[in-house]
Amino acid sequence: MNNRSSLFTRAAALLLVLFLYAPLIIVIKNSFNEAPFGLEWKGFTLKWYVKLWNDDLARSALKNSALLAIVSTTVSTILGTLLALGWSRASARWSKWISGLLYIPVCVPDIVMGVSLLLFYSMVRQWLGIFQLGLLTMILAHVTFQLPFVALVVRARLTGTDPAIVEAAEDLGANPWQRFLYVTFPLAVPGIAAGALLAFTLSLDDFVVSFFTSGPGSTTLPILIYSSIKRGLSPEINALSTLLIAASVIGTVFMALLEGEKLVKNSTPV
Amino acid sequence: MNTDSKRRERSALSTILSLLPGTTWLCLFMLAPLLVIVLISFCTRGDYGQVEHVFTFENYKRVAGYGTFGFDSVYPIILLRSIWLGACTVLLTAIAALPLAFVISKLPGKFRLLGLIIVVIPFWSNLLVRTFAWQMLLAPDSTLSRFAQWLHLVPSGTGLYPGSLAIYLCMVCDYLPFMILPVYASVEKLDWSLAEAAMDLGARGWPLFRHALLPQIRPGLLAGSALVFLPATGQFLIPDLLGGAKTVMLGNLLQQQFGQSRDWPFGSAIATLALLLLGAFLVLVRIVQGNRKVECE
Repeated sequence: MNNRSSLFTRAAALLLVLFLYAPLIIVIKNSFNEAPFGLEWKGFTLKWYVKLWNDDLARSALKNSALLAIVSTTVSTILGTLLALGWSRASARWSKWISGLLYIPVCVPDIVMGVSLLLFYSMVRQWLGIFQLGLLTMILAHVTFQLPFVALVVRARLTGTDPAIVEAAEDLGANPWQRFLYVTFPLAVPGIAAGALLAFTLSLDDFVVSFFTSGPGSTTLPILIYSSIKRGLSPEINALSTLLIAASVIGTVFMALLEGEKLVKNSTPV
Repeated sequence: MNTDSKRRERSALSTILSLLPGTTWLCLFMLAPLLVIVLISFCTRGDYGQVEHVFTFENYKRVAGYGTFGFDSVYPIILLRSIWLGACTVLLTAIAALPLAFVISKLPGKFRLLGLIIVVIPFWSNLLVRTFAWQMLLAPDSTLSRFAQWLHLVPSGTGLYPGSLAIYLCMVCDYLPFMILPVYASVEKLDWSLAEAAMDLGARGWPLFRHALLPQIRPGLLAGSALVFLPATGQFLIPDLLGGAKTVMLGNLLQQQFGQSRDWPFGSAIATLALLLLGAFLVLVRIVQGNRKVECE
C-alpha cells in the first residue's frame, strides 16, 4: 500500500482512539477538579472522594454492589464451571443444544431480560409468595447473565488443553475423581479465574437488569449514579464513576493477564 | 468389557450431572421468563394496571398502530426509528473499525495485543458512566459545542445535547469495540498478495478495496454487525440520557410500560416483537454467512 493512505489511516486511527477515551478522560479529570460544576479546570482536589466516603447513600450502595457481585460471581462460577466440564464431554448433538441455550442470554437485549424477569418474579410472587424484589432477585438475575460467559471462558480453556495429559494420568492408574482433582481442574484454574473476573465486572457494571429487578433498599452503585444523573448532578458522581471505571479496568486487565497467552496465540499468525 | 461399559455409563452419568444445575438454572430464569412475556402479551390490562387473564390480540394491534382511537403511527415509528438507529450504528462503527483494525494489524507483533487492549479498555468501563460523560462532553460550554457554535451550526450558548447527534456519537463510541474485534480477526488474516495483484492490474483506491480486500473482510464485518445491531436496537440508556422527547426508542417505550404507565401486557407485546425482530435478524445473518460459504466452495 502507498504511504499516503497509510498516513491517512493512521491519523484516523489516532483520532478514533482519542474519541474512545474522551469520555473516560473527562470523568476522571472532573473528579479531581475543584470546580463543582462546569468543565473549567479550577485546580486539583480530592474533596469529592472524601465527600463520597462520608456519604451514607454511596456507602450502602457500595455494600449492596459488593455483596451482589461476590455472591452472584460465586454461584455463577460454580455453575458455569460445572456446565463447561459437562459441555466439553457432551456429544456433538448435545453440545449444539447447550451452546444454543447459552447464547440466548448473550443475544437477548438486557432490557428484555430485565422486564421478563420482573414479570416472572411478580407471577411467582402471586402464586408462591416468594421473590420480593430486592438483593435476592438481583442475585438470581445476575447469575443468569453471568453463567454463559463463565461457561464459555472455562470451556475454551478445557478444549485448549492437550487430552494426552488426562490420558497419561489414566494410564498411570488415576481414577476419574483423581484425574479431575489433580489434572483437569488445576489445568482449568486460569480459565475459571478469568471467568470469575469477567462475571464480577459484568455484575459490578450492570445497570439495566438491576434496575428492573431491584427493590427498595437494594440500590447498587450504577443505580445510584443513574438516579443522581436524573435528579441533577452532584459533583461526587465523577469520583464514584472514576472508582467504577478503575474497578472494571483493573478486573479486565487481570483477566487479560490470565488468559492473555491464548489471546496472543490467536492474534499472531503462526 | 463389562467394566468398560459400566465405566462409560458412569462417565455419561457424571456428564449429565454436571450439566444439570446450569441448564436447569437457565431454563428457570431465562426461558421461563421469556415464555411468561409471550403469554402475558396476549393478556389484558386491568383498570388498576393489573394483568387480567383475558385473551386478546389488542396489544399487538396497538403496536402496529391500530389503537382504540383509530390509526396512530406513534408506535410503528418508534419501532422503525430503533431499527434505523441500530442500522446506522452498524454502518458507522464498521467505517470507524476498518482504519483501526488496519493500523493495529500493521503494528509489530508484540504491540498488536497492546493495541487491541487499548481499544477494548474503554468498552470495559461502565456504559452508564460513559453516557453521562457524553453529557459533559456535549454541554454548552464544552470544546465541541463551542466549536459548533463558532461554525454557527447551533445557536451560541446551546450545547449539542440533548439530540440525535449526541445519541449517535455515544452509540458509535460505545459499540465500536464490538465491531473492531471481529473485523480485526479478519484483517489480520488478509491475503495481501490479492491486493498486490489488483494493484498490478491498475486498481487503486475504492475499486482496490472493494474487490481485493472487502470480500476477505466480509465475515468479520458480518459478525461485528450482529454484535452491534442486537444491543444497539434495544438500547435504552443512551436515548434516555442523551436524547430529548423526540428520540423515544424501543427500549424507552419498554421502560415506560413497565414503569410509569404500568401496562405490562402491552410492554410484553413490545418485548415479544423485539425478540422476534432479533431472531429474524440472526436468521438473516446466518443465511448471508451460509451463502458466502457456498460461494467460496
